[in-house]
Amino acid sequence: MTTDTRTGYEDLPRLIALMTGDEKHQAAAESTVDVLWVLYDRVLDITPETFRDPGRDRFLLSKGHGPMAYYAVLAKKGFIQEDELAGWTSAESRLGHHPDRARVPGAEIASGSLGHGLPLSIGTVFGLRAKGFRDAKVVTLVGDAELDEGSNSEAIAVAGRIGMPQLTVVVVDNSSATHGWPGGIARRFEVEGWVTRTVDGRDHEALYEAFTTPHPDRPLAVVATVERKA
Amino acid sequence: MRETFLDAAAEVLDTDPNVAVVLADISAAQLAFAARKHPDRVLNVGIREQLMMSTAGGLALAGMRPIVHTFSSFLVERAFEQVKLDLGHQDVGAVLVSSGASYDMPTAGRTHQAPGDVALIDTLPGWTVHVPGHPEEARRLLLESIPGNGRVYLRLSAQENAKPHLGAGLQTLREGGRGVVLAVGPMLDRAMEATADLDVTVLYTSTIRPFDAAGLRSAVEATGSSDVVLIEPYLAGTSAHAVSDALSESPHRLLSLGVRRDAEVRIYGEMADHDLAHGLDAGSITLSVKEFLR
Repeated sequence: MTTDTRTGYEDLPRLIALMTGDEKHQAAAESTVDVLWVLYDRVLDITPETFRDPGRDRFLLSKGHGPMAYYAVLAKKGFIQEDELAGWTSAESRLGHHPDRARVPGAEIASGSLGHGLPLSIGTVFGLRAKGFRDAKVVTLVGDAELDEGSNSEAIAVAGRIGMPQLTVVVVDNSSATHGWPGGIARRFEVEGWVTRTVDGRDHEALYEAFTTPHPDRPLAVVATVERKA
Repeated sequence: MRETFLDAAAEVLDTDPNVAVVLADISAAQLAFAARKHPDRVLNVGIREQLMMSTAGGLALAGMRPIVHTFSSFLVERAFEQVKLDLGHQDVGAVLVSSGASYDMPTAGRTHQAPGDVALIDTLPGWTVHVPGHPEEARRLLLESIPGNGRVYLRLSAQENAKPHLGAGLQTLREGGRGVVLAVGPMLDRAMEATADLDVTVLYTSTIRPFDAAGLRSAVEATGSSDVVLIEPYLAGTSAHAVSDALSESPHRLLSLGVRRDAEVRIYGEMADHDLAHGLDAGSITLSVKEFLR
């Protein structure tokens, strides 16, 4: 954690606290904060300066509700101003309860309706491949309950079969799916041909290793387990 | 028309490295050769229409120009939220190309019929909707849709007119004095036949959105009658609001012909049987127009 302290992780709770009024999604916001930080701080090559580069790494926040941790990380990394956070969701703000890529610098997609980020990631990987950017990473964050949406099943099957080493899905698992995933979430990906890694979603070193250990020829699913949703 | 589109799509793949075609099994066999030549840009996701549409959105986000193609019912209706969110809301574009139209597969029944497709697309902002009446129009409209990053719906049909009309906007094919008949896409030839003995202006368009409001106003003015008959090959009245907006400054009457809204027509047979059931054959159109004009 020493690296994180130096780079600003310790400041995220203060930034998150600047945003109030979304109590309902408080737990969801906090469930993603460690995953988001490790991705933006150590895994993905995305900066405000390179955000328009066609061959950049991409992060797609599919689980768009509870975006406080996301906005906090974007502010800490210089995509948006810290003083925008307090007024979020007001008519004057470009920061809503669901991020809008047309308004939020750094947001790759507009999300909110569940089950769109992973399928959009498939198309993005196809597009990057067609343009010759075969090393750019595409990472999408989904929730365990979000996997209920059948659109994800369509995407998991195709990505696994086609073999997309550029693609990573991180499932933040706070055990919130109504009917659950008996046997674990990773199995749903394994059977379709993905490499899977299930780690503590609060452990930065474990997350970093899960994201960066090579997985040639196959897409990667990282299941980041966090506390059960209250 | 579908074959002409597939040939044109293969040609575009050869000449424009930015174009990708996304399929959900339908037409994959016809594009197999193109897929072998361009494996990174002919993408068949299997029978997964949600993923097909989202893949197009992701391709566009990565800077590609996607063409998405399957039957109208699966392209527009099955994955409508993906059309709304993964294209429009992401602020990216694609060229959606359907075949099957309202009842091109009459023996297939309701599952393969989508008379509401244009009305659905019409609920979304910023779409261009082309309804070609001839294969050559379809080819031209596809080629014109590739540059840029707009959202385009190209609605192909097995019903065709004898000759192409390649002009833009509302094209005047006959001038008269008792009313204005606007025929959309494949409705033209039957509209001409139905009104051959009537003193009406006949307009044609293969592009229904954006709607050529100025063209309609000038036709109404030239005709000297503000009685308008709209003949569309999909849900009746789909463009009634556009006609109403175009003529909002003057009193006018409107008859909207198209696929009926009041009942699900549960018959098989031929396309001609469905034309009759919906009052879209030339004889029925003649009766409707005569009854409407004063």
